[in-house]
Amino acid sequence: MATSNEIIIQVKNVTKAYGNKEAVKNASLVIKRGEFVTLLGPSGCGKTTTLRMIAGFEMPTSGRIIFNGEDITDTPPHLRKVNTVFQKYALFPHLNVFNNVAFGLKLKVIPNGTKVNRKGETVELFRKYTKAEIKEKVNGALKMVDLEDYGHRNVSSLSGGQQQRVAIARALVNEPEVLLLDEPLGALDLKMRKDMQLELMNMHEKLGITFIYVTHDQEEALTMSDKIVIMRDGVIQQIASPEKIYDEPANAFVADFIGESTILSGVMLEDYMVQFCDTVFECVDKGFKRNEPIDVIIRPEDLKIREPKDKDTILTAEVLSCVFKGDHYQVTVIAGGNELIAHDTASYEVGETVGLYIKPFDLHIMRKARIINEIDTEMADENLVYISGGQFECNSNLPAGTPVKVSVDFDDVEITDDADDGVIGATVVSSIYKGSYYQCIVRTDDYYDFFVDTDDDWLKGDRVGIKIAKDKIIVEEREVIDEDEVIEIPEVVVDEVDPELSEQLAEEIKTEVIEQAIEEDMDVVYCGEVMDVETLEAELKED
Amino acid sequence: MKQFLKKFHVTKRVFSYPYILFMLLFVIVPLVMIFAYAFMDNDHNFTFENFKIFFTSQSSLYVLGNSLFVGVVTTVICLVLGYPVAYILSKSKNSGKVMVLLFVLPMWVNFLIRTLATKAIFLAIGVELGMGTVLFGMVYNYLPFMILPLHTSICSIDKSYIEAAKDLGADGSTVFLKTILPLSKSGIMSGITMVFIPTISTFAISQLLSNGKIFLFGDSIELKFSQDMYGVGAVMSLVMLAFVLISSFVMNHYNKNSVSVGRSLW
Amino acid sequence: MVKKIFEKSYLLIILAMLYAPIIFIIVYSFSGSSNFNFKDGFTFASYEAIFTSDKSASLWEAVGNTFLIASVSSVCATIMGTFASIGIFALGKRIRRPVEAVNQFPIINSEIVMAVSFMIFFVTCRFAEGYARLIIAHIAFCTPYVVLSVLPKLESLDPNVYEAALDLGANPFKAMMKVIFPIISPAIVSGFVMAFTISLDDFIITQINKGAATGIDTLSTYIYSDARVQGLEPFWYAMFSIIFVLVLGIILVVNMAKMRKQKKEALKNGI
Repeated sequence: MATSNEIIIQVKNVTKAYGNKEAVKNASLVIKRGEFVTLLGPSGCGKTTTLRMIAGFEMPTSGRIIFNGEDITDTPPHLRKVNTVFQKYALFPHLNVFNNVAFGLKLKVIPNGTKVNRKGETVELFRKYTKAEIKEKVNGALKMVDLEDYGHRNVSSLSGGQQQRVAIARALVNEPEVLLLDEPLGALDLKMRKDMQLELMNMHEKLGITFIYVTHDQEEALTMSDKIVIMRDGVIQQIASPEKIYDEPANAFVADFIGESTILSGVMLEDYMVQFCDTVFECVDKGFKRNEPIDVIIRPEDLKIREPKDKDTILTAEVLSCVFKGDHYQVTVIAGGNELIAHDTASYEVGETVGLYIKPFDLHIMRKARIINEIDTEMADENLVYISGGQFECNSNLPAGTPVKVSVDFDDVEITDDADDGVIGATVVSSIYKGSYYQCIVRTDDYYDFFVDTDDDWLKGDRVGIKIAKDKIIVEEREVIDEDEVIEIPEVVVDEVDPELSEQLAEEIKTEVIEQAIEEDMDVVYCGEVMDVETLEAELKED
Repeated sequence: MKQFLKKFHVTKRVFSYPYILFMLLFVIVPLVMIFAYAFMDNDHNFTFENFKIFFTSQSSLYVLGNSLFVGVVTTVICLVLGYPVAYILSKSKNSGKVMVLLFVLPMWVNFLIRTLATKAIFLAIGVELGMGTVLFGMVYNYLPFMILPLHTSICSIDKSYIEAAKDLGADGSTVFLKTILPLSKSGIMSGITMVFIPTISTFAISQLLSNGKIFLFGDSIELKFSQDMYGVGAVMSLVMLAFVLISSFVMNHYNKNSVSVGRSLW
Repeated sequence: MVKKIFEKSYLLIILAMLYAPIIFIIVYSFSGSSNFNFKDGFTFASYEAIFTSDKSASLWEAVGNTFLIASVSSVCATIMGTFASIGIFALGKRIRRPVEAVNQFPIINSEIVMAVSFMIFFVTCRFAEGYARLIIAHIAFCTPYVVLSVLPKLESLDPNVYEAALDLGANPFKAMMKVIFPIISPAIVSGFVMAFTISLDDFIITQINKGAATGIDTLSTYIYSDARVQGLEPFWYAMFSIIFVLVLGIILVVNMAKMRKQKKEALKNGI
């Protein structure tokens, strides 16, 4: 693919907030000329907002967007050299196909040589495209999308697929340096979508321009992209090639979102040694603390079923179900109280005992995103603490108003069916099966995410209540940080395709934040710790 | 440049300001004035006198009662005459679009002209002008206002409800009583308000068709103002306004719930 | 079958009732008298009287006033209403709701209350009697119809269409002129037609706000003042007939054309 090493777009620490809700949080991203980059994530993850900020339809609340080395954060959309293909095409209903495609060309002015004016200065001249030029270009663009004879047609008389092609032609005819595509295939049926995927890939290859593609369809992303950016709740989770995303997901969310997988909680005993399902496995990971709790991810195709007495067998399991899926059987087994899913070409009897084998290389081990719920809050009264607007009973004799940090274990949070039964109400954001229990994330009304381990699978979007037993709430006094007096140095997710470029970007952002901190005489937050600038610089030098 | 963009976003809103200002000045302020006049005597002092005058005056209350009577009777006649029309039209091909047009066409001719035409005919064929002619004139004027919402709501009933009712063993009249009638409730309600409110507040029609014998509330409001009794006129306007607000509330309520009404049937 | 015939005849009876006065007037407009007889045989005398009667001058002045007021106020209402719709569309939800409620108000409110509220306002503010009063009042009750016509069209618009225009290099002004206005223009036109008709048709608000001294009459107020007292003179029969035929003809043609267009589109989409 025509990817050079030249950077075309840098998204620098961009945040977009609507009211107090952040749609995109500290997103940083490097895009190279000619790359096919996909922003992938569930709906509401901020991918479209990110794209719209690049297009210029939304203004970042903070952060910059750099295009060809030029800061375009404040440039209005009509002056940006990017064009967009919208989800529902957004064709102009009052114009026919030809005039839709010609719309941009008719507005464009192009250089037309220079002349020397009376003062003797050389002035650049501009002109509009001539009718003949427009006709030629439009017909060329229509030809590219196989709609040569459709110029005179009314856009409403076209099928969805044809309308999409017109939308693509309308964007490409302006010869943008970057083409932005906002779920362009979302409204098409499956067959059409597959065809258009191939066509888009061909166009990308042929034109050599940069594509930034937004989708929630993981398969589409894996098929088409050079680089995938996975987002969730406005935060970038991982930036990597499709293969890397699939094989080495950065966290449980990515693993769960991309493809099928079994996610289990385990403990890293020592380097190359992990324990889960009451069994010790050999693995290829190191650098964890001793006995650090971790998540293990196993892809179903990596879990091999053997004879129980086979020499490879690491642990034995009982078959729970075996479902025919066309080219394989999906076998669910239970081992050490945990459910695991395997794909196998043979079928097994329910209740049969089988042996399981996993190559050390196929065990993906990840640090847990969080091991305990921690909330910064304050006391409501003695033995009463505020959490997300509710008052929870606790064991602490600190007086009302004392700033405290509250810690609650995942399995000490109780979810109630009825929001009124809990002390506070919350909404289920996600639920991931971890072999023997579900790990849910429930979001309170002030946007705190509780991680909760439960036996039940809670439906995403459900309204629930949260209760916590009095003696399960651990209260510690905390130091107060005035948020207006510190600046955070954001963590930049490493681009696994171009690690140097993203490190460079991270460095730039760090320098800029430090400069700002010095200018405004503020402390900085670095890796969760507050420090003054001198300390930070000393620490950085040490590294 | 940032300011430019932000400003642009604001400019689009700015387009609405002249209108908002205009409406505040020429719609809201006059209403507030009516309110104020209702509580003022001729020397602009605060008083409840106007309310007392209106609510103790026999003739005023008689006119109000008379208007309500004409309003109710007109509405009932319009509903009884109009519902079959709307229902028959909704059954015909293409929902009887052309026929509906024929039924609402007279609405576009000024009501004064139609009323005078009716009056001329009554005079010509020697019918004595009185309550009967007033009621005829009202029905004649407002029947299209009843047919139109009824037709819209009956047409919007999903045909599969009717088929389902038939499938469940309902005969023709049961289908009508148990599905079509309840499902067209929102149309009935808006038809009723669209006839009732203009009827009681109508101006000139009843005077013309009764040779000045029958006065309705609208005429009476106009009369009070032309006699410079602004205070009492304002009180009467408030009474009228109360009717309008109640009816619009009722109408909103029914139109909003029309979907859930349909659902609760199942 | 019997049911069908019964239904048909019911519709016919109601239609006959609705159209009887209209047809009577048209028929007797050719009698040259107002006594519902053809003593003088078939004659155009009533039609000639429109031009020759001693009231023709004031009659034509009233017609002129009607159209003057309707044109001025509907043009103003259309311009203000269109811009208002664009503005209201961009307003935040919290402000938008009360604005829309105020917009609805003149439509749901009873005409007589609207009329007296205008009058109280003008009298209290000592606003000069005359055309200005009438035109302001007409704008105030016509503009809501324009907004009601244009705003839904804006709402049904794909929000990305405007952005697409910006994206293709149109500045906000050009995007407005080249994309938004052309798309909403049918709604603007129908809003204008609505405002014009409603203004033409108005009687109550004009009657109460025209002011006694100015002598400004529109057609409807002139009919009222003339016919209330003496009954209908023959020329009114002719005048009414012309109005009937004009109004019914125009509405019929407009609606038929609309229906035919819809049918055509439905057919086209079917293919």
